Amino acid sequence: MMMDKRTHIRNGRIIDPAQGMDGYGDLIVEDGLIAEVCIKGAETPRKKQSASAANPGGERIIDARGMLVIPGLVDMHTHLREPGFEYKETIKTGTMAGIRGGFTSLCPMPNTNPVNDNPTVAAFVIKKAMAEGYCSVFPIGAITKGQHGQELAEMGLMQEIGCVAYSDDGRPVMNALVMRRALEYTKAFTFPLIAHCEDLSLSDDGVMNEGHISTHLGLKGVPAAAEEVMISRDIMLAKVTGGKLHIAHVSTRGSVELIRRAKSEGISITAETCPHYFSITERAVLGFDTNAKVNPPLRTDDDVAAIKEGLKDGTIDVIATDHAPHHADEKILEFDRAPSGISGLETALALSLTLVTEGVLTINQLLEKMALNPSRILGIERGTLKTAAVADVVIIDVEKEFIVNPDTFASKGKNTPFRGWTLKGVPSVVISKGRIYDNVEWKGANG
Amino acid sequence: MPKDLVSIKDISKEETEALIDTALSFKAVLRRDIKKVPALRGKTVVNLFFEPSTRTKTSFELAEKRLSLDVINFAVSSSSVVKGESLLDTVRTIESYGIDYLVIRHPSSGVPHFIAKQTHASVVNAGDGINEHPTQALLDAVTMKERKGGVKGLEVAIVGDILHSRVARSNVDCLMKLGASVRLVGPPTLIPLNPPAGVKVYYDMDDGIRGADVVMMLRIQLERQGKSFFPSTKEFFKYWGLSAERLVLADKDALVMHPGPMNRGIEIASDVADCPQSVILEQVTNGIAVRMAVIYMLQ
Repeated sequence: MMMDKRTHIRNGRIIDPAQGMDGYGDLIVEDGLIAEVCIKGAETPRKKQSASAANPGGERIIDARGMLVIPGLVDMHTHLREPGFEYKETIKTGTMAGIRGGFTSLCPMPNTNPVNDNPTVAAFVIKKAMAEGYCSVFPIGAITKGQHGQELAEMGLMQEIGCVAYSDDGRPVMNALVMRRALEYTKAFTFPLIAHCEDLSLSDDGVMNEGHISTHLGLKGVPAAAEEVMISRDIMLAKVTGGKLHIAHVSTRGSVELIRRAKSEGISITAETCPHYFSITERAVLGFDTNAKVNPPLRTDDDVAAIKEGLKDGTIDVIATDHAPHHADEKILEFDRAPSGISGLETALALSLTLVTEGVLTINQLLEKMALNPSRILGIERGTLKTAAVADVVIIDVEKEFIVNPDTFASKGKNTPFRGWTLKGVPSVVISKGRIYDNVEWKGANG
Repeated sequence: MPKDLVSIKDISKEETEALIDTALSFKAVLRRDIKKVPALRGKTVVNLFFEPSTRTKTSFELAEKRLSLDVINFAVSSSSVVKGESLLDTVRTIESYGIDYLVIRHPSSGVPHFIAKQTHASVVNAGDGINEHPTQALLDAVTMKERKGGVKGLEVAIVGDILHSRVARSNVDCLMKLGASVRLVGPPTLIPLNPPAGVKVYYDMDDGIRGADVVMMLRIQLERQGKSFFPSTKEFFKYWGLSAERLVLADKDALVMHPGPMNRGIEIASDVADCPQSVILEQVTNGIAVRMAVIYMLQ
């Protein structure tokens, strides 16, 4: 990490959907802010020179020829595990993983110990992130005290501290009246509620998608209806209350269709999915691989197709990681007992870039879903390269291939079903609040 | 033959038939006055049962002793598992004793698969969660072969709680591999919404067992009551219980099977359980021969 007074990123393809900008040019970072963006037009030919050098005047020059220069990615669904589960992840290691993955803003979910359901815990997270974090951290508070689904948490007071949204992630608010009140209450403020949509009475301790594979493996299934029933309920509640609702980690065709219909009716909702829901299916569980155990569970080819359609037509606004690091000892267990989750920060960008390769999204649309839209939904001033914005900039080498090796993850969580995959797209240089991180020089967690 | 028998799906038709034939020759041994063979003298087996079991455990233990194995029973209630030891550590500890075979029963599906990857010992699945019970499927096939001359072409109706039955899961694959037709019969709540490919599903038991060569009844686990799978055992018996009146719908020489333990009067009428067509006790006898064959044949 280094902080130069002035950094000059030259000759990259600068893309900023917030400004409708896509062209070759220069971007200058000064004092932690974006000082100037200058589009010149055509790409200039690559010259032999060092990629990054400081000149005598104290200005650092980064040659971004052949690279994309984009806004730092914003992950609105992260688990940083601190306080309470530091053996799984810490704010320090989690934000380092974010930088490695091209994310400059992370939004940790409140299911820590203690739960982030009050201003004291929120303040702890924010202070810790200021002191040890490598990138920006915008905490998500709990909707209800202790995530018990009964009494509202102090959402207003937590907002004063810096919480940007509220969710009982992983423990859905089962009581419809409590959810209705929570949605109604948000109307006095600007923040959204993020709903982990799962009817627990239907999922009933199931551990994978209910279907042919669950029959084959003798594992208890979670039907798609467990997600869809709850999305239906929350859409109805958003409609009746006018509260701001964001639906987390959409995984089924039925969910995409429900959200599409609700949006067409003018109901104010947004939705996200995660890379694993468009990259792999329930077949990844074959062999009882606990690294493929995630909630909601991996679904079918048809669901994957529907998720892609939803991303393409704008039904799904956001790609988030649901980065859920766990200790290796917790995943090498009986399938029923292993916790759900995938360590996703360091593979999300490359997996999502395959959507561009496949023609599902343009690179501009992808950046909307990974930077601009989450910033807008959360009301944070990130996800853009506008002049005077916080300098969160990522330089991506889109052609660079790498083999996923969790042993080199910065995250403490090595739990990924993508081990050994060859992916393309490396965030070579990441600038967070003006601080420059060179991921190519970076040598892994112990480096 | 593979190193382990964790899933009936892992062994071919030929291997399945070889196991059945070997079991039948061991059965001849079991009829002798001296029932023990020195086949595996000097080898050690650990029976690792994480779930209460009397029948299967006894059957395995007897089979192991008939093969002259040294037998260790690792009783979970008295082991470190209750002290919080992880499954992996338990397995590594047992492996360090220098054992050759591990027979495992566990309430979670997939555990024998998991353990087989972690140990050099041969792993035999003695029942994992709701997933599989491969030696039960093999002993059922042995029983059918002995009584019917073969499994190929048989119409087999499996009746009851299919959803939670590892016996049914292993039997479906084993029977279809051997060329039988399989019907699954029971209340819709207890049959998977996505049944295995190739089986026929019947909610009406009369239709389901009509003309069948084998009627295999499954145990209704009484703890399923009150969970809305069916309203009462009385109603269950009316629609899916095997009564003498219903049995006449099956082939006149149909075999009545049950993996035990039975709930008389709930899934099977008492007189049917004891009728001449019932081969329930033969299944128990064949279980020992099959378990001898499996342990003997694994590489």
